[in-house]
Amino acid sequence: MTKRKMYIRMITASLIRRRSRMLVALLAIMIGAAILSGLVTIYYDVPRQMGAQFRSYGANMLFTATNDNFTKEDVEAAKAVIASSELVGLAPYRYETVRINDRPILAAGTDMEGAQKTSPFWAVSGTWPSSTEEIMVGKVVAQTFNLHTGDRVTLSYAPETAKAGESGKGDTDSTASAEDEYVLDNTKDFKVTGVLDTGGNEEEYVYISLDDMEELVGGESHLDACELSVSATGDKLSKYESAINEAVPALQARLVKRVTQSEDTVLSKLQALVLLVTIVVLALTMICVATTMTAVVAERRKEIGLRKALGATDKSIIGEFMGEGLLLGGVGGLLGAILGFIFAQMVSMNVFNSSISFRFLLLPITIIVSIFVTGLASLIPIKSATNVDPALVLKGE
Amino acid sequence: MSLLELKNVSKIYGSLHALDKVNMKVEEGEWLAIMGPSGSGKSTMMNIIGCMDKPTEGEVLLEGVDIAKENNKNLTTIRRDKIGLIFQQFHLVSYLTALENVMMAQYYHSLPDEKEALEALDRVGLKDRAKHLPSQLSGGEQQRVCVARALINYPKLILADEPTGNLDEANEAIVVDLFRRLHEDGTTLIVVTHDPEVAEVAQRTLVLRDGRIDRETINENFTGKIRFD
Repeated sequence: MTKRKMYIRMITASLIRRRSRMLVALLAIMIGAAILSGLVTIYYDVPRQMGAQFRSYGANMLFTATNDNFTKEDVEAAKAVIASSELVGLAPYRYETVRINDRPILAAGTDMEGAQKTSPFWAVSGTWPSSTEEIMVGKVVAQTFNLHTGDRVTLSYAPETAKAGESGKGDTDSTASAEDEYVLDNTKDFKVTGVLDTGGNEEEYVYISLDDMEELVGGESHLDACELSVSATGDKLSKYESAINEAVPALQARLVKRVTQSEDTVLSKLQALVLLVTIVVLALTMICVATTMTAVVAERRKEIGLRKALGATDKSIIGEFMGEGLLLGGVGGLLGAILGFIFAQMVSMNVFNSSISFRFLLLPITIIVSIFVTGLASLIPIKSATNVDPALVLKGE
Repeated sequence: MSLLELKNVSKIYGSLHALDKVNMKVEEGEWLAIMGPSGSGKSTMMNIIGCMDKPTEGEVLLEGVDIAKENNKNLTTIRRDKIGLIFQQFHLVSYLTALENVMMAQYYHSLPDEKEALEALDRVGLKDRAKHLPSQLSGGEQQRVCVARALINYPKLILADEPTGNLDEANEAIVVDLFRRLHEDGTTLIVVTHDPEVAEVAQRTLVLRDGRIDRETINENFTGKIRFD
């Protein structure tokens, strides 16, 4: 038998046959490793998890026209710059002044599905329009015109400066009059599907689909603004902003600073907190393992004395105890990494309501860190083991 | 040249002379018993001969080399290569089997050899108990494992400290018989004991008192066999 085989046989025998003792040390390492790997998993997953949560705050990027306006093609070109997996929602807007009962009202033509994603906090009583000829009205508009869900309303479009005969195309009746201050040009009937309550300016608008807007207003198709909700951190958003501005000169991309900056602040503080807790756990684990190893060495003084009496060198004693410690660290690290993932998964499910993916790289890292921490924590007690006087064994003390 | 020679060896702790100018010789193949009351200096002498302590004064020549002048590292090497130790309290590693306890001594000495370790256990009549843990062995069996461990590396000298102190008469006889066989094989034995019956079996007995050799007895009727009254 080689010395190495005997060495492995001795340290495994020590761990297996003294399992009640070693379980305490293993438990300390395992719990430390579990919390450590769990926290690291959360640390790296927090931006993704929080990013998804932050998207409920609404759009964090805005496109406006560099000159007068921009087109859908410009938006498509800009959209191509952003990774599709990170694009949560995109809502193009075209604003026009329309009339209800001859009173001017601001109308926003948009993609309703996109608007729901970029403005998830909008409270709608009723439903969002799902097809053409459906309209969502702001709460102020609803109160002004006494509109309710299910009512029908007619929008008309007539620019004040327009003269009869200059209007856009439309299949609605034209009732223009030369004495009128405005030309009642195109009209279109809509069914009110929902009333929007945001507490903000949005309540003063009516919302129709882009197709309806173009049909009502006529003229060339164009957009005035576009809201985007992108699941990315501040740095990446800034990169997207620059890339879009460079790639699509017709529009100007801007970050909604109040959203992106507060996201970054919350994220960095949360990550710093998790990092701090991780460091504290690491320190506590080291203290725990060092205490356990000190107890292990103390209760095995006679054995150490015996080994020295049989001719073991200090190097052998350190090697054997360190071997036990490192093996414990490895096993504890492996079990801890698995437990840590379960811990992180539970935290994620309870706090963020979403699952976490297992990071395989974390497994070897946790094992290596556990071995390193156990080794470091064992160093002082094991070093003290070499000071045991073998004569103690002969004296029977 | 004697295997072991102590020349004016003293061990002084403050004002206490644990050993006081002791002179003695042990020849190769000799079986020596050391007796004495508690505090007479037996343990101190054992520690010095066993390379686990150094005298304050004097020379301790083991095969002509003064081990009193060696550093701790060299003392460990000498102890490992030349001395086999047997203890009153057996001192087996609790989580290693009888076989592994014997192999551990091989491990520190040279290379572990399972076959040779089994043969050593066979010599002490414990081959069939090789896979048992110390807790599964009787006191006598544990001491026999200790003997097997002490002889596995063919030491020049076996030092036994009260080897029968924790054994009943039957096991005492078995262990003493093992010593006789070792002696017949040419092994040098130094046995520290309180038990006159064990001391009488040796070829020569030294009686220590107050750190000095008080009396020396030669066993004219040496047989190596124990006689119980």
